[in-house]
Amino acid sequence: MSALLSVQGLRVEIAQRHRVLTAVDDVSFDIAAGEILGVVGESGAGKSVTGTAVLGLLERPAYQAAGRILFDGRRIDTLDEDAMRALRGREIAAVFQDPLTSLDPLMTIGDQLVETMRTHLDLTQAEAVERAARLLAEVGIPAPRERLASYPHEMSGGMRQRVVLALAFCCEPRLIIADEPTTALDVSIQAQILDLLRAMCRERGTAVMLVTHDMGVIAEVTDHVAVMYAGRLVEVGPTRRLLAAAAHPYTRGLMASIPDMYRRDEELMQIPGSMPRLDAPVPGCAFHPRCPQALARCAGERPPSFTTGASQVACWLADPAGRSAA
Amino acid sequence: MVAKDTILSVDRLTVRFDASPPLLKRLVTGAGRRTVHAVEEVDFEVARGSTFALVGESGCGKSTIARTIAGIQAPTGGSISFMGVDIAGFRTRHAAMPYRRNLQMIFQDPYASLNPRWRIGRIVAEPILTHGLMKPGAALKARVAELLETVGLSPGDTAKFPHQFSGGQRQRISIARALASNPAFVVCDEPTSALDVSVQAQILNLMKRLQRERGLTYLLISHNLAVVAHMADAMGVMYLGRLVEQGNAAQILARPLHPYTRLLLDTVPNPRAPNRARARLSGEVPSPLAPPSGCAFHPRCPLANARCARERPQPIRVEAALVACHAVEEGRLPSRPRANENCLAIPGDAA
Repeated sequence: MSALLSVQGLRVEIAQRHRVLTAVDDVSFDIAAGEILGVVGESGAGKSVTGTAVLGLLERPAYQAAGRILFDGRRIDTLDEDAMRALRGREIAAVFQDPLTSLDPLMTIGDQLVETMRTHLDLTQAEAVERAARLLAEVGIPAPRERLASYPHEMSGGMRQRVVLALAFCCEPRLIIADEPTTALDVSIQAQILDLLRAMCRERGTAVMLVTHDMGVIAEVTDHVAVMYAGRLVEVGPTRRLLAAAAHPYTRGLMASIPDMYRRDEELMQIPGSMPRLDAPVPGCAFHPRCPQALARCAGERPPSFTTGASQVACWLADPAGRSAA
Repeated sequence: MVAKDTILSVDRLTVRFDASPPLLKRLVTGAGRRTVHAVEEVDFEVARGSTFALVGESGCGKSTIARTIAGIQAPTGGSISFMGVDIAGFRTRHAAMPYRRNLQMIFQDPYASLNPRWRIGRIVAEPILTHGLMKPGAALKARVAELLETVGLSPGDTAKFPHQFSGGQRQRISIARALASNPAFVVCDEPTSALDVSVQAQILNLMKRLQRERGLTYLLISHNLAVVAHMADAMGVMYLGRLVEQGNAAQILARPLHPYTRLLLDTVPNPRAPNRARARLSGEVPSPLAPPSGCAFHPRCPLANARCARERPQPIRVEAALVACHAVEEGRLPSRPRANENCLAIPGDAA
């Protein structure tokens, strides 16, 4: 399976007056057509920055310092703004956390859909309206034809997020970057939106990069997961495998710190301390000060990504050479 | 269910908000008054030293109940009996003071609930001074330092401002402030919703330890059922201002009866049970401006019949829970696979 999106050695830096901070460092992953990749991590891990970089929406003082982003075999990180703008919306669409900020409050839902489609596709006004109504019906909005005349403020949060999904799907993109698409929603609406996202990907073969902090959402819809910590990927692998038997101590700690609905422990496992701040990076493995299994070399040497089974793990414990020696 | 050690008893609590257009507009356009039915006739009791959790989706009224109990919001009807005194009936702040000392609150947003211009020492000392428990001086300083140590902060942090702390640390400061007046009861409104999971684990462990050490009683408001499963002894499930099911938390989570509770539990994504086949809640919560007739859940309920649309169900007792549902009462409820049977089987290590 060839990758639709391939991110290779991505590094994003933020320039400050007297120093340069590294927000994302040496991040590589692939997403195939029809596949949903979950990018998970805690606040500040760099997951949204990665999504923004793929969309070509990094703004000063943040910039891509190294690495390549390939879409369908073509390099897109070097495209100029016009070429990238043509790609965005048409081939690559975005869904953000807060539907209100992605919708224009002064335009009706119908006008926004029609404008987007007519910008990117060769459609007449009547065809575009027809298609907008069909899209609203597809994302589960009742009375879609009447709703075309509604403004975003007339809709509930769940309905707005459906409209954002319809907007993302309206030009049949091949890749969707969804950044915390359900975080602002209630669980019942979240489940409906995630079902919708998954169904549309399965039907149309759209690839999705789903950025979230919620392991439950990851379990629900993704095929593969990439776990980020302090700007780096610590573990990438098939979702079921990773949830059942995580290899990286950080992933394991993260899983263990989630309370279980069906088992009650007196105490939750907790990861001591907190993630290093951007302005105080940790040498070696960024997780070693909090890691219960840290070895001597973890403090000095940064672990490369080792392949174990179907997963890639950036941890010295996964080093095949180290294991055979032990 | 009236036990001797009941610390809080809420009886037919009702909170309504007037959302009417202004008088002149009503006269000109003929528009009527509009009322938000935030909380309707809610009854529950909380045993001393236990955790009672209220769960439900946004707008179901759980935070309004928390605010009413904490005295931030006045009830429209019903009574709240705290340590044997009706605190809903207080007319002045002064009369309420002795009870307020025993009833503190932790809020969801640790960025908004601390005064950014106050130093931590002053924030934590405030309840002690407000309730006249100590005079300013060395003893008060020592007490504040002790409180900060209790929640896992350094006594040297008293001179810092809130912006110098992370979200998790700020929530620790909120907890220290809530504990400052040595309360018996703490209302926790979504205490970990703004935090990352690893920080959430730290805060939940801290809350549990404090409960053990000090015999605290918690009213926990949360939309996160896994957090509730971890913390609560008893729980109430709210839908559109009413309690639809309440009782022993372990029983409700393992054997939910109300169709809404069942669907809510099915809907929660569980990282330990991916890709399980589950029922879905269709539609959205109706507006509390015009709640549906009969059982408020009937437009979304797979088991609803004509009676559900007409008649509001009264709570009935099933084992250790109270359920307000006609389907349960009439025995129309289908059996449900035990939730934890769906859990993830760990695949063999195929390396």
